[in-house]
Amino acid sequence: MDRRTTIKWMFAAAASVPQLQGLSYGATGDPLAREVAAGQAGYGTDPDLVKVWKPGGPWPLTLSEPARRTVAALCDLIIPADDASPAASAVGVVEFIDEWISAPYPNQRADRTIVLPGLEWIDAESQKRFKKKFADISAAQRAKIADDICSPANARPEFATAAKFFSKFRDLTAGGFYTTPVGMKDIGYTGNVSLSKFDGPPLEALKKAGLA
Amino acid sequence: MAFIDANTADKNAYDVIVVGSGAGGGQTAYTLTMDGAKVLMLEAGRKYDPAIETPMMQTSGEAPLRGTGTPEKPFGFWDATIDGGWQVPGEPYTSASSDPARQFQWWRARMLGGRTNHWGRISLRNGSYDFKPKTRDGLGFDWPMDYADLAPYYDKVEMLIGVYGGDEDLENTPRSPKGVLLPPPAPLVSDLLFKKHAAKLGVPAIAGHRAVLTTRLDHARLPKLLHPGNAKAQAILAADMQKRSACIFATPCGRGCSIRANYQSTTVHLPPAMDTGNLDIVTDAMVRSVIRRNDGKAEGVVYIDRKTGNEHRAKARVVVLAASALETVRILLNSEVANSSGKVGKYIMDTVGASLGGQVPLLENMPLQDEDGVDGLHLYTPWWLYQEQLAGKLGFARGYHIEFGGGRKMPGMGTAAGMEWLNGGNYGRKFKEDARRYYGSFFYMAGRGEMIPNDDCYAELDPTVKDRFGIPVLRFHWKWSAHEIGQAAHMEKTFAEILDAMGGRYSRKPQSGEKAIKQGGVIIHEVGGAMMGNDPKKSVTNSFGQCWDMKNLFITDGATLCSNADKNPTLTIMALAWRASDEMLRQLKRKEL
Repeated sequence: MDRRTTIKWMFAAAASVPQLQGLSYGATGDPLAREVAAGQAGYGTDPDLVKVWKPGGPWPLTLSEPARRTVAALCDLIIPADDASPAASAVGVVEFIDEWISAPYPNQRADRTIVLPGLEWIDAESQKRFKKKFADISAAQRAKIADDICSPANARPEFATAAKFFSKFRDLTAGGFYTTPVGMKDIGYTGNVSLSKFDGPPLEALKKAGLA
Repeated sequence: MAFIDANTADKNAYDVIVVGSGAGGGQTAYTLTMDGAKVLMLEAGRKYDPAIETPMMQTSGEAPLRGTGTPEKPFGFWDATIDGGWQVPGEPYTSASSDPARQFQWWRARMLGGRTNHWGRISLRNGSYDFKPKTRDGLGFDWPMDYADLAPYYDKVEMLIGVYGGDEDLENTPRSPKGVLLPPPAPLVSDLLFKKHAAKLGVPAIAGHRAVLTTRLDHARLPKLLHPGNAKAQAILAADMQKRSACIFATPCGRGCSIRANYQSTTVHLPPAMDTGNLDIVTDAMVRSVIRRNDGKAEGVVYIDRKTGNEHRAKARVVVLAASALETVRILLNSEVANSSGKVGKYIMDTVGASLGGQVPLLENMPLQDEDGVDGLHLYTPWWLYQEQLAGKLGFARGYHIEFGGGRKMPGMGTAAGMEWLNGGNYGRKFKEDARRYYGSFFYMAGRGEMIPNDDCYAELDPTVKDRFGIPVLRFHWKWSAHEIGQAAHMEKTFAEILDAMGGRYSRKPQSGEKAIKQGGVIIHEVGGAMMGNDPKKSVTNSFGQCWDMKNLFITDGATLCSNADKNPTLTIMALAWRASDEMLRQLKRKEL
């Protein structure tokens, strides 16, 4: 990952949180991710549109195993299993987020500079509060951290940067999840099926919208 | 006759060379070959076959990055565009100004069929006002024709390509004769909600017009109407119409359509034209210039084989430029022909664009329903304030239409994203509940308005920059006038009022016109640059796209348009191309060319 960006981000957080000042980047010795190769190509302007694409296909994934554990824990905090559908990590969202932050395009490179420092921060915060990495703490303990950072508008100033990271990560998790077959079923998308005619809305939908 | 290579094409003799294979080039080649003319089509991009290359039912989840747009695929991974976008590698363009507000963005596609493979399929006729705008309000230019001159060709194009629409008859929004259009699709809940509440503000909503087959084309009836007295053309078209399926009400049109249920040049114009045996196509053929003979006529064109870099020359009795408005301008400027008026490159126009979206509580927690429909514009709002505007009450001169929509569309990266403005931001089971609650409750409105041609918007050759083939590139000058900026402000203000009326909420307030208006070129409706007219001193072509200075050089893309009504230009380009091609055939038969 881009260490200068990480350090800058950590410094910004530390400036408003005195207790974070002792934290040093990479103290564990585990790099979060391999660098995206300089000059890494994308899928090009004429990719095959009828083949099956999978994360890791168009460009290499870069997250380390420990980072993937943190990603999985965060994904499942945001989208846990419930009666309607399984948790995000059960349907490939970790691989998707790895694909996203490993992509060579400008928007994804920018998101990488938010996500990787965020993953590092959340492990550090977990260590500070519970003496364990985020993936190893209980659901109740994760919730304690999440409650502080899940709302950008309401987060205390010392959590403002972490809240921005959480918003970005939540959007990625949602996009990754609701585009899978189980995610589409959960949210109630019933299209993408061939119909011989299009009937328009059912009566109950019209009634609900005050139209019948 | 078929797909051939450049070396073969150089040796053949043709009646007509058509540069470009999109809406204008496709229609021109179709009309000419169906009447027996031998045509060579040159396409700068690669060969493309929608039957085997279209990702019809793939989901967002099956694409890299869940299908989200990137610089390499700006409209999303599954979008049909090949080797295209705002930037094409090795083929730059430049801007005279470093101010983003004065820059022009140029979208290109390098593929057979061009942009028709991915376009929005919105097919609106210009009305009678739109051909005489200067007469009506003193601004811009009148066309050298009336609505009545083009109406028969609108009929023909609509019958050929298949356009759905209603039979409303509103001011300057012409309806088509009976038997021309296909039935419109049923409106969605969100469409009906818009219609009910916008009506309180005097804003109408009527059936949209798009080139999508809501039913199959009538192959027994239409070919006779389109090609009277031409049995061979009728037979070819009847056979081809039977190969086109009706819409299956699934999968976005922008990916292209392997079952040929919407219009793209590659599925509608080119197959029957090929079946005549009169059409040869060379792909990867990048045209540099028109060859001028000593007698002042066009001899053919110089082009470069993109694969080998070799230069080639093709010859014909007539040359047609339909390379897309600005590529045609570039070819003309590099050829130094047809420009005694000095008007080549002048008066380029785009469409005014601004948009606002929001969330509508009445659409939350809707019962499950498939709202894919025909992928947009079941209903739309044509411009409705002609009289108020003419009376000077609006402060800007021309109108816009509203494209709006909502519904339970295929999830993508935007689904359940950015919900903080609605729920403050949460996670876990509550987040999943909110995702279900809000899905399908978002609604957007986009204004598409008329820009008035002005002296500050033009293209010229860059004095130094060349593309990878060594061809000089275009440099753009751009400036919106107060009319467009005032119109954009009116759009956002109106959209906010409509959202309010629907009981909706918007995440941001309406903006000033300067902030609301999209950059020039961003709506991808660029036209003009080789305007038609009645006066050779003030225009580049006559009303048939025939160049005043070079009688056997025609232009059948958007370059000849004298104004850019709010109606999306593609249908008009096709109608003009058909009309121009009929004139070409008349002159060819009289041996005038």
